[in-house]
Amino acid sequence: MAPVGPRSGDAIFANVERVNAELFTLTYGATVRQLLTDLEEVEEVNKQLDQMGYNIGIRLIDEFLAKSNVTRCVDFRETAEVIAKVGFKMFLGVTATVSNWDADGTCCSIILEDNPLVDFVELPDTCQGLYYCNILSGVIRGALEMVSMKTEVTWIRDVLRGDDAYELQVKLLKQVPEEYPYKDDE
Amino acid sequence: MIGVGKIKQYSNVLDKPLSKGKQEVSLSAFAFLFSELVQYNQTQVDNIAELERRLEDAGYAVGARVLELLCHRDKGNRRETRLLGILSFVHSTVWKVLFGKVADSLEKGTEHEDEYMISEKELLVNRFISIPKDMGTFNCGAFVAGIVRGVLDSAGFPAVVTAHFVPVEGQQRPRTTILIKFAEEVLRREARLG
Repeated sequence: MAPVGPRSGDAIFANVERVNAELFTLTYGATVRQLLTDLEEVEEVNKQLDQMGYNIGIRLIDEFLAKSNVTRCVDFRETAEVIAKVGFKMFLGVTATVSNWDADGTCCSIILEDNPLVDFVELPDTCQGLYYCNILSGVIRGALEMVSMKTEVTWIRDVLRGDDAYELQVKLLKQVPEEYPYKDDE
Repeated sequence: MIGVGKIKQYSNVLDKPLSKGKQEVSLSAFAFLFSELVQYNQTQVDNIAELERRLEDAGYAVGARVLELLCHRDKGNRRETRLLGILSFVHSTVWKVLFGKVADSLEKGTEHEDEYMISEKELLVNRFISIPKDMGTFNCGAFVAGIVRGVLDSAGFPAVVTAHFVPVEGQQRPRTTILIKFAEEVLRREARLG
């Protein structure tokens, strides 16, 4: 049977079960609020959000690969394109764009115009250092780590802090070759 | 300046136009987020009652906001003053918006005057959750119970809301019942209104 080609983000999104984005937005808001009450330090909350995102990312990648049928990406450029066009669409229902490639092709920016996480949100003065959507950076980092790419993901622009779009910088640190958990000769 | 960026920037989040509420995300995105919420709370508590309380508190915040959003957007800023009115609002409108369908059933308790039950065969939040045996009667539906409590409280109908599993014969997974116990003042007011 011939292998099925990769499906577009829209096609997959149309086929998965969906829920109202507002439930998602409000639940995320409740999570951030709980973290702020418990941890109190904005830096700690950022770290915890990143960690939660990482935990999600390592499981999300399985679902992503299963549903999207993408073939192995040839290089990091393709990886970034797939994340922006297929990944974000499939889970969040929005498409992102990739830009600002550096000379090596190891560092790029993923730009989100529309972000379902931040509907109805405004950052108060006491939380100015908070990266509200930091869970997204953890998700990308976790997912890519499971496919053998160690990356560093940071926020360049954040609408809640006054910019005009959400921009994430994804930097490929190294490709880790796959290790088998058992020895061949045993 | 011609060709300025597509998105109009609003300095105040309250000036932004309210969306129609039709945007969707995938169920798995919500399920992942909810599972992280539960896992985080598990690290912060020592016992199940605390865990349920924390999930309920998270849901309470969601409920309060959902009420404001729906009242403004769908009901034209009219508010419910009668008990049955607010119950059917929760059972139909709130459930439809949050979970995509109306709740399976709304019943009045037979033993007590102040108890009502909303039942659901399988709560959306519980779809991908399995409870280990040593956690006993813990139900992640406590989050939904919190949402209902948030809606009722903000609408002026204080109540104690809890989620329970009710085994149903012929069905492998038990169905979930949200038990709503209204406060004294609500019943007195309802009786006065006739």
